[in-house]
Amino acid sequence: MGQVSITPPEPLVLARGLTKRFGASTAVDAIDFEVAPGESFGFLGPNGAGKTTTMRMIGCVSPVTDGTLRVLGLDPATDGPRIRNRLGVVPQQDALDMELTVEENLIIYGRYFDLSYKEARTRARELLDFVQLTERARDQVEPLSGGMKRRLVIARGLINQPDLMLLDEPTTGLDPQARHLLWDRLYRLKQQGVSLILTTHYMDEAEQLCDRLVVMDHAKIVAEGSPRSLIEQYATREVLELRLRQEDMANLDGRLDGLAERIETLPDRLLLYTTDGDAAAIAVHERGLRPEQVLVRRSTLEDVFLRLTGRTLVE
Amino acid sequence: MKHSVRVLEHQLLVYRRTWRGGLFTTFLAPVLFLLAMGLGLGTFVDQSAAGGMDGVSYLVFLAPGLLASQAMQTAAGEAMYPIMSAITWNRTFQSMISTPISAFHVVTGMSLWMIVRLAIVSTAFVIVMVIFRATDIPRGIAMIPVAILTGLAFALPIMSFTVTRKGDASFPAINRFIITPLFIFSGVFFPVSELPTFLQPIAYATPLWNGVSLARGIAIGTIDAPLAAANLAVILTWCAAGLFAAFRTFPRRLVQ
Repeated sequence: MGQVSITPPEPLVLARGLTKRFGASTAVDAIDFEVAPGESFGFLGPNGAGKTTTMRMIGCVSPVTDGTLRVLGLDPATDGPRIRNRLGVVPQQDALDMELTVEENLIIYGRYFDLSYKEARTRARELLDFVQLTERARDQVEPLSGGMKRRLVIARGLINQPDLMLLDEPTTGLDPQARHLLWDRLYRLKQQGVSLILTTHYMDEAEQLCDRLVVMDHAKIVAEGSPRSLIEQYATREVLELRLRQEDMANLDGRLDGLAERIETLPDRLLLYTTDGDAAAIAVHERGLRPEQVLVRRSTLEDVFLRLTGRTLVE
Repeated sequence: MKHSVRVLEHQLLVYRRTWRGGLFTTFLAPVLFLLAMGLGLGTFVDQSAAGGMDGVSYLVFLAPGLLASQAMQTAAGEAMYPIMSAITWNRTFQSMISTPISAFHVVTGMSLWMIVRLAIVSTAFVIVMVIFRATDIPRGIAMIPVAILTGLAFALPIMSFTVTRKGDASFPAINRFIITPLFIFSGVFFPVSELPTFLQPIAYATPLWNGVSLARGIAIGTIDAPLAAANLAVILTWCAAGLFAAFRTFPRRLVQ
């Protein structure tokens, strides 16, 4: 910390007691985290948890209220433009230029990074190929589908060949096919060694893309680790989901006691956390319960979040 | 400077795609106004006992005023909806400041753009004036910078105000209560000395009257240094105040 040169072991992002207040409300409350070079790091949490505010502080467009933040070894308060020169930003809202063509959107953005028109045009062509939009290069942006616009924004964020890519909810609002195409592209970037920081409220997205993540809730970090380690630490290997008739739900009388390490009661179903879901399902039947629906599945980050906060992620 | 020019480049790229749509109004508005007011109404004024205005035909009297007020209207138009769009709906400015460009450069770059935009409409207007023989080419060229500065004296304060708003609700009021009254009462059609005495100081404080006074001085050839310097001082004061305000309101909106 405090040194300006960037040596490989130094974290790309370092936050200590990072805090953001808007008037009386605290959007980010003294969080600590580090992102290593080459790492793909995620902020998982519900809307309003402080993910976007954190991303904006890393992106040097929101001043830090308190605590320490270093991005690429530099201080956003004094070196904002130098840091932003090496970041690729994919904001939550696309913010594309509707008056310009697909290609022009990339070229003018390249100009912001002081690329020559020739260089910007060359990179734009390569990036359109990478995000599979080559045949739309001369089209207007407006008629593109949501997934195509998102891919264009990712291409735009790559025009300066960034050291670090910031993706704020990269696939929110997209259909499953568009999401998978996008994940595929981001996974390739990751393989090419681009460091990614992303926010999401989808656990499958976090599991797909993040080497390591922090779970945020109410402006604080409530857990940190790899998706696998978080699941191991905060959930069991398997989950048995039971949907019971209303009268059974009301009169369980301890009939499920001892069947699982932990039981969560949701409005419409019960979640039994256990190492062996099938065995637990048989035991439920042996105790005379006849659920309307039985599902055995592996634990996900959703279960981790439920355990940590007592709430589901997407409500 | 480099980053400000990038912002201007963005505007020019967009303008390259949209200028055709505005071409008609850019030339048609001056033609219609000069025809109707300058030649139509002007015939009556010139035939009256006064025999014109300030010793020249009404067309020559009126045209510089229309030039300055077209600059005002263009500036107000550019400083309202397009700026609101770039900061709220399209988030163009937010895209810019996630690169090495800062909010400061957005202000300077957009100011450069306003100058270019005003230069285009003012030049078009002067061409029409010359065609209608409302002025000659040297005087016409000399009036262009006056029109640009007059426009800028509106563009900068209005744009600094626009970015403090969440939506476009206040724009019709700006047109109705500021732009239109100024157009009518700032000496474009008749001298401000004809206004009630208590209204005259207000007119003298506006950028439009000062712009009209300067442009008309050039057109008629009656320009005198102390008045011209005072006119210029008022216009530049408005420009400076607007720029200063924009340097505060743009970062406050964009960087939070």
